[in-house]
Amino acid sequence: MLELRRITAGYDRRAPVLRGVSLDIAPGEAVGLLGPSGCGKSTLARVAALLHRPDSGEVVVDGTPARGWRHRAPREQRTAFGVVFQQPRLSTDPRLTLAAAVAEPLRATGRRAEAGSRTAELAEAVGLTPDLLTRRPHEVSDGQLQRACLARALALRPRWLVCDEMTAMLDASTTAALVGVVEDYRRQTGAGLLAVGHDRDLLERWCDRTVTLESLTAPPGGPRSPVAGR
Amino acid sequence: MRRGADVAAVTGASFDLDAGQCLALVGESGCGKSVLASALLGLLPGNARATGTATVRTGADATVRTTGRGGGAETDSGPATARPAGSAAARLRPGLRSHTRPSPRNAPGVPDVLDLLAADEETLARRVRGRLVGLVPQSPAAHLTPVRTVRSQLEETVRELCAPARQDLRAAAEAAAGRAAFPADHLDHYPHQLSGGLAQRAALALALVGDAPVLLADEPTTGLDRDLVNRTADELRRHADSGRAVLLVTHDLVAAERTADRVAVMYAGRIVELSDARDFFGTPGPRHPYAAGLLDALPTRAFRTIPGTPPELGSLPAGCAFAPRCHRATDTCTTTLPAPPAPTGGAACHHPLEPAPATPASAAPGPASITSPTPPAPVPLPAPASARPAAHTGPAGPAHPDPTEAAADA
Repeated sequence: MLELRRITAGYDRRAPVLRGVSLDIAPGEAVGLLGPSGCGKSTLARVAALLHRPDSGEVVVDGTPARGWRHRAPREQRTAFGVVFQQPRLSTDPRLTLAAAVAEPLRATGRRAEAGSRTAELAEAVGLTPDLLTRRPHEVSDGQLQRACLARALALRPRWLVCDEMTAMLDASTTAALVGVVEDYRRQTGAGLLAVGHDRDLLERWCDRTVTLESLTAPPGGPRSPVAGR
Repeated sequence: MRRGADVAAVTGASFDLDAGQCLALVGESGCGKSVLASALLGLLPGNARATGTATVRTGADATVRTTGRGGGAETDSGPATARPAGSAAARLRPGLRSHTRPSPRNAPGVPDVLDLLAADEETLARRVRGRLVGLVPQSPAAHLTPVRTVRSQLEETVRELCAPARQDLRAAAEAAAGRAAFPADHLDHYPHQLSGGLAQRAALALALVGDAPVLLADEPTTGLDRDLVNRTADELRRHADSGRAVLLVTHDLVAAERTADRVAVMYAGRIVELSDARDFFGTPGPRHPYAAGLLDALPTRAFRTIPGTPPELGSLPAGCAFAPRCHRATDTCTTTLPAPPAPTGGAACHHPLEPAPATPASAAPGPASITSPTPPAPVPLPAPASARPAAHTGPAGPAHPDPTEAAADA
């Protein structure tokens, strides 16, 4: 169970992006979070993945309240999440080959020994050829790079997947392929999913249920003020 | 990419685009769409080559004066090669034969017929970019100069392209912003202060300043949310309706459907299908199996990916490049390259899908559909809401590309 309780978060304490947002995701459940650009859904995704410390509120991961965020999160909690971001180019180190990028979580957690076999296994699952694995990000297309990012997110076999606009940059066929990979993984492992996006057609097809930030916000806060600009 | 190798990023692409029309160039990422678009503006990297012709026709008598390749039968001219960064080389023969309304400002300086691929940098810089061909770039936030306000950038563009009197400059820039529905009170913002949608409109405003008869939109909707995609698509549509020729390069089929009169589908550097947009998205539907697969991947349709991945442009298979992924492929497909589609429409396929019959009776799955695979695409797909059968709780489709499944859905 992933529980977000009355989360208030943002980048300026005086003007939080989220106010009192609560969301529960059951094990194995796929929840789609819908909303226009700038509404704060990515912020909520970052909070859920322990990448952004909320101003107030609580995140409970499989029964254990989160105490640290980002690198301060205990490894056991940190590695429970696999995250895929919208822009693969901004979320990969340009100096690493795709193989090294996919294996990075394994190296970072001291599991270098299994990097080779696990990378090959992941590459096959996401549809990357051995030739592509030897390239660096500037030598592959967005779609191929996002496949590598998904493989990287799955490397540590997370119990929770957070996909923040994973397919916004991609064509329809690659979108369907990546969603297929995520669903195969979830079928095998029973992982839960928070998929963030603005494509209602996609999320309704993909997820068990879809929610909007308004529907998650506690009533006492009243209507949220629209976020101007970005 | 391997060093020193020539890669044909685009090969033998031919199409016509008339004034008042919008042509959508669609395909998977990496298929060569953007290389083709860049070639038209002379914006390919330095080591790229492009050959062929890309003719823009202006002038009042333009529609009368068609050349030998009139009607767009640009079977054509030398192959064009573009060689994008790192090594790639494109072979392209674009025939952007666009006859358009004369633009009073452009008419005197620009010859009636201009070949964009033959034009030198001077011509491109002084006559083409912004004046003859406007560009709506991909990722506008990255295209705008980060250290200058939108007003400053608009004023510069207006000054260069329109040369108004100094005291009119401010008003002219504000008018240009208004044409793209960019709010005047955001003109003094820097690009990083704009949302994605506003940055998009700023880029559109810049593209429209020169009143160019051809508007080239390269993935203008990537990363925007659905409302903004629709708004951008509608804006492009309006510009086509006002007599401009719009070339929309996109992988967003929903935006293409909303905007385009015609659709060109690219695969592995070649145009594999040219079709009327209404036929393509409605009935009879696409004729090339790849185009059908692309449409089937939409979440409102089968949500089924095309098996396999696009080939490397550096090592294309002999014959049809799509054959290894195609369920209709035969021996012919692996040895013989199908003829490119005629500029009037058609599919580059040895076994194109036949238009769907009037009654869906033949779509009934059965043994017959196994020996002669029932094409998944021509089956008229139900409306989005009903397209989701109860059995599909998830995207079960991608893993099991079964040609009979679409029939069962229908």
